[in-house]
Amino acid sequence: MKEKKTKVKGSTTKLDLKTSEPGKEKYILRLYITGTTNRSVLALTNLKKICEEYLEGRYELEVIDLYQMPSLAKDEQIIAAPTLIKKLPLPFRRIIGDMSNVEKVLMGLDIKKVKDL
Amino acid sequence: MKKTELKTLNKNLIKSPTGIQGFDEITGGGLPKGRPTLVCGGAGCGKTLFGMEFLVRGAIQFNEPGVFMSFEETNEELTKNVASLGFDLEDLIKHKKIALDHVYIERSEIEETGEYDLEGLFIRLNYAIDSIGAKRVVLDTIESLFAGLPNQLILRAELRRLFRWLKDKGVTSIITGERGEETLTRQGLEEYVSDCVIMLDHRVTEQTSTRRLRVVKYRGSMHGTNEYPFLIDENGFSVLPVTSLGLEHIVSNERISSGITELDKMLEGKGYFRGSTVLVSGTAGVGKTSVAAHFAEAACKRGERVLFFCFEESPNQLMRNLRSIGIKLEPWMRKGLLQFQATRPTLYGLEMHLAVTHKAVNAFKPDIVILDPINTFVIGDKENEVKTMLMRIVDFLKAKQITALFTSLTSGESALENSDVGISSLIDTWLLLRDIELNGERNRGMYVLKSRGMANSNQIREFILTDHGVELRDVYVGASGVLTGSARVAQEALENAEVLTRKQDIERKKRELERKRKVLEAQIASLYADFESEESEAIKMIGTEQNMTKRLEQDKIEMAASRKSAIENSPTSKLKK
Repeated sequence: MKEKKTKVKGSTTKLDLKTSEPGKEKYILRLYITGTTNRSVLALTNLKKICEEYLEGRYELEVIDLYQMPSLAKDEQIIAAPTLIKKLPLPFRRIIGDMSNVEKVLMGLDIKKVKDL
Repeated sequence: MKKTELKTLNKNLIKSPTGIQGFDEITGGGLPKGRPTLVCGGAGCGKTLFGMEFLVRGAIQFNEPGVFMSFEETNEELTKNVASLGFDLEDLIKHKKIALDHVYIERSEIEETGEYDLEGLFIRLNYAIDSIGAKRVVLDTIESLFAGLPNQLILRAELRRLFRWLKDKGVTSIITGERGEETLTRQGLEEYVSDCVIMLDHRVTEQTSTRRLRVVKYRGSMHGTNEYPFLIDENGFSVLPVTSLGLEHIVSNERISSGITELDKMLEGKGYFRGSTVLVSGTAGVGKTSVAAHFAEAACKRGERVLFFCFEESPNQLMRNLRSIGIKLEPWMRKGLLQFQATRPTLYGLEMHLAVTHKAVNAFKPDIVILDPINTFVIGDKENEVKTMLMRIVDFLKAKQITALFTSLTSGESALENSDVGISSLIDTWLLLRDIELNGERNRGMYVLKSRGMANSNQIREFILTDHGVELRDVYVGASGVLTGSARVAQEALENAEVLTRKQDIERKKRELERKRKVLEAQIASLYADFESEESEAIKMIGTEQNMTKRLEQDKIEMAASRKSAIENSPTSKLKK
């Protein structure tokens, strides 16, 4: 799965503004997978589902195959696979696993908390 | 050359030399090549350094690049930490000899959402290995993963896979692990790494710390099983393989002077054997150090190198004191033939002392080593350990053909021959200095207690410290025992007096005899004189008698003449009838 999706919208000023508003922040996500293993595929499908459901229109997901870009593993401090890195909004977080536990993914993405409120 | 040597030692298992001083000797060549090795130990025992030195030496000495994957220290910290040991990591990284990778794990950042594996780590490691063509890998300390990733099942399975993978990759690797309560490592890593396990230890006894290393297991290879002391200093790690020494050292027949002529005379007139171990023992203030200093000076005069360990005095104090007996060591020190190593025995543990001794000896390459004194090491109840240490030192020095002179202080109460930290069996030549107290005086005596391989003198000599060094004198041994000092002088005077009187006696006797002879001669002379006078009297009387007879005859003739011729012949004829 050598997929690279990029959905970039809006300027940085807009981003800054949005990060201050809870529930409406722009999400920058990166999913690191290892080839086409079951786990990788599962993680991607699970994640896409979650993003479409909770973050529609305000997320940016990049899927990177570590086998293709091995140097990124070091740069991004990846140990486990699959790993989803939430770069923005802060706090920075790593969500590891096949994303089958939706509750935990939402907690990791700080969406659950927002919903609870 | 070294590599082939090591290979012939172990045909079955190829080993990867670490380049760490002494370690390759106890393991017969290093770590198992292409296999993982577990290095475990408590905090601050030197695991990281061991791993790092393995990599650095591998890169520099054996041209094997290495990857250091750190789970604890950042690259900057690591670089800085090992710079203090003289390793220039930055340069090695620049030349693609070493790759550093700091694995950062922050528990609070991580959310587990299902099944995962550690493929990311594998990819990282693989990438690092391939980028520099690494042959060596260090994972320090992989157990940190357990703190960062909560799912132990996955972790354990993945670690097993990792070690397998490392083996398949053919890299020689070191995995470090924190020491556990009952197991070798906290997470039981020894289950996964079973080829070679090395334990490092840092113990404190009697306020002094000692580092020790032990090869717990080494599959398919012989290895020393003892605990070996090791040292971490500005040159990195050094393990002391001392107990692996056999008794196979070359023996020299060369003799070297002790620096004291009279002492040499006691030792067949030639002195000690080169490469032998000499012990000078005695109570306080008998001049042990002076004997040692004489030896040192004599060696320097021959142009040999002397390493002098002093544990009680500073070199300056020692030299000042020795000046008073006419031994000047400063010029030799300036010439670089003599080197002092002054440390307090309490500064560090016995093994450290051993390690320091080794290092100093290896660096200075002396012909003679002096330890003054050895028994200051005995702090508390450690006599056995001291003995072991000294045995190691003795073996080490013998193997190097270095003549060793130890001094040992014996306390006044205990038997002189016993208290020398039980090392008498290690000693080749043993000089005993002792006090001889007599007539309110304290004098020194010296004798050769034993000297292997030579017909040494069995006499006690009086040991005198003069302003031109040590002098040995024959002591007075006579009916009244051993006499020294003024008692000896007095005894000698007494003897001289006796000789004189005897001489006078003889003289007197001679004179007496002479006199007697004279008396006898006089008597003979007087007797002779008497006899002569008697004889002359007798002769005189005989003469008178004859004269008288003649006169009578004449008278008769005259009377006959007067009576006329008738009766001329008658008186005579009558007389004749």
